[in-house]
Amino acid sequence: MADHNEIDTVTGTATTGHAWDGIKELNTPLPRWWVITFYLCIVWAFGYWIVYPAWPLIASNTKGVLGYSSRADLAVELANLEKIRGDKMAALATASLADIEKDPSLLAMARARGKTVFGDNCSACHGTGAAGAKGFPNLNDDDWLWGGSLDQIAQTLRYGVRSGNAQAHEGQMLAFGKEGTLKPDQIVTVANYVRSLSGLPTRQGYDAKAGAKIFAENCTVCHGDNAKGNPDVGSPNLTDKIWLYGSDEATLIETITNGRAGVMPAWEGRLDPVTIKAMAVYVHSLGGGK
Amino acid sequence: MNQTVKPEDLQPVDGPLYAPHKKIYPQSVSGTFRRIKWGLMGVCLGVYYFLPFLRWNRGLGAPDQAVLIDFANRRFYFFFIELWPQEVYYFTGLLIIAAIGLFLMNAVGGRVWCGYLCPQTVWTDLFYAVERLIEGDRRERMKKDAAADPMRLERISELVLKHSIWLLIAWWTGGAWVLYFSDAPTLVKDLVTFQGPMLAYVWIAILTATTYVLAGSMREQVCVYMCPWPRIQAALTDEWALNVTYRYDRGEKRTSVKKAAELRALGEQVGDCVDCRQCVAVCPTGIDIRDGAQMDCIQCGLCIDACDTVMNKIGRPTGLIGYDNDVNIHRRQEGKPPIYRIVRPRTIGYAAIIAVVGGIMVHTLATRSLLDINVLHDRNPIAVKLSDGSIRNAYTVRVLNKHGFDRVIAIDIEGPVNAAVHVVGVDSVTPDRPMIVVGRDQTEELRILVTAPADDNPAKSIPVTFHVTDIGLGVVASATDNFVSP
Repeated sequence: MADHNEIDTVTGTATTGHAWDGIKELNTPLPRWWVITFYLCIVWAFGYWIVYPAWPLIASNTKGVLGYSSRADLAVELANLEKIRGDKMAALATASLADIEKDPSLLAMARARGKTVFGDNCSACHGTGAAGAKGFPNLNDDDWLWGGSLDQIAQTLRYGVRSGNAQAHEGQMLAFGKEGTLKPDQIVTVANYVRSLSGLPTRQGYDAKAGAKIFAENCTVCHGDNAKGNPDVGSPNLTDKIWLYGSDEATLIETITNGRAGVMPAWEGRLDPVTIKAMAVYVHSLGGGK
Repeated sequence: MNQTVKPEDLQPVDGPLYAPHKKIYPQSVSGTFRRIKWGLMGVCLGVYYFLPFLRWNRGLGAPDQAVLIDFANRRFYFFFIELWPQEVYYFTGLLIIAAIGLFLMNAVGGRVWCGYLCPQTVWTDLFYAVERLIEGDRRERMKKDAAADPMRLERISELVLKHSIWLLIAWWTGGAWVLYFSDAPTLVKDLVTFQGPMLAYVWIAILTATTYVLAGSMREQVCVYMCPWPRIQAALTDEWALNVTYRYDRGEKRTSVKKAAELRALGEQVGDCVDCRQCVAVCPTGIDIRDGAQMDCIQCGLCIDACDTVMNKIGRPTGLIGYDNDVNIHRRQEGKPPIYRIVRPRTIGYAAIIAVVGGIMVHTLATRSLLDINVLHDRNPIAVKLSDGSIRNAYTVRVLNKHGFDRVIAIDIEGPVNAAVHVVGVDSVTPDRPMIVVGRDQTEELRILVTAPADDNPAKSIPVTFHVTDIGLGVVASATDNFVSP
């Protein structure tokens, strides 16, 4: 079988000696151009070793004579990007928040930037569409614990809520039950009273008068006499239809018993001021801003 | 016909299964078909090279190039037609018409496309003309290529000149191509002053290379080995299609001029073909038409010219090679008169398809709206509950103004009960019916908030229709989406 000396009559080429069902394999030499290209590629590879980072060393690697690095490339690309954005970005930095919203091109730019940054930093709690979740406010609606004006949103973004930042929003829902301020039956009563404020049905036989009294003695300090809340201390409006944690009796009892103190981190220092501005405009423009 | 061959009966093939490429040296020829080919070449190349320079006034600010594919601004201009990217489906119609047109040509006159109109044929023909002009006709070229000492200065200068002219034509071909994608006079100026975009130079280089290689060196091999059309054409042709055909009944038996005269004097039947091989000499694909219909034949008709010239010289009737169909080949051999059937179900069918598709295109183009609207519901969040309990849905709405002037557009919605509509960032003078201005030939993207009381709209999902009304012209465009409760 392994007859290496057989010459194919058609092509004049030797066979490899391999045969399958009478089909023989020709030992056709590689085309010269292919071989030359192959060796040129090898020579070319040596060039790469010299010019580009190539060989790993113990602590580092060979740097190559061009000093190329992909990290430096990225820095150049980022610098170019800033250059392309140029004037618009500078305008974004100097314009007031209100002016940004009035200028369609600045608004578009702020929204685009804000959306990206929101996705990276905020969506973990507030959701990618800023629709929020239980305990994390929906930023599309018109209910704002700490105020929904551009400046108020920017303020909240910068310093956060109970974030540990010196200028953070403080104030929280006290744990009336846990601290013994209110007894369990009082909590049930006031919970039903709170439900009645926004027109929700109440438990049968609940004492509305007692509820109003407990509310006036304990809650109005923060939530106000009319229970409409106070953005200065972050207390929610209890007469509207939006409930951060839920409006059912059990949730209200839990809220009054254990208190609530959600945290929003401060973004100053973590994001540059222009980005925070863009984010404030973005959040404000979602539809609920005041 | 189709006999089954048993494997054990197969005979081993002696000799190679492939043939090395033989260079073809087409001879010059004159006659009707050569004139038609020159004429069509002039028209095709003229259109291709000069069309970008044709101007078409579309008003101030709009490009004034008659045919322009403006990728940067996403517009396609063809004289009075302006297409937007979302209207590229018109090209589907064009492609259908092109394909069926090819079928129709084929059903009527065989490979009319291949022989006269295909860019490969036109440019190869042009390159051959250059070659002939510089190196001489068939015999001279064969002699020069076969010369034992080919590299004399004279020969080298000839070759250099030929290839330079070829490259120049090829370069101009690439140069004309890029002009279709940008304002031609400006781009020409930019290109010659080396200010043109890199992409233009790259495309010129690519098309220079393809033209030079395909028309200068690959030539008929493109038709024989690369192009799928000969194969498809062979499957589409029928017995009524006119093809360039050799008339066996008249031509056979082939006899020399002298002998034919002698035999005719004796009153014997002699074929008209004198076997001069002029039909082979002029053939750009190097075939012998007398072997019958074959895939390599592009049916350019040059052998008809060559044969007619010879027939005229020897005093025999012309048309020994001519356009004829398969039916007649058989009928003539049986001594029956030829019959032709250009109008038949197949051609009527093709023509009808072209007419219908063309009609649909013209109709849709003539009646297409120059005001359009697209609505995209916010996906996240789908709906927002506001503090007073009402529901708000947000939509991204695109209003398209395809007119050449700015238009004032009013936005109305229909569907949810007691709904209020607000366009983000637009302080309209009429808050109940927001109005915006859409610039000429532009798209305006709006963020529209629709708010409606939950009590009035208890259904989980209500259809909402957005109407945009051109206040000036009274034209309305509408799109429907849903208004969803959380």
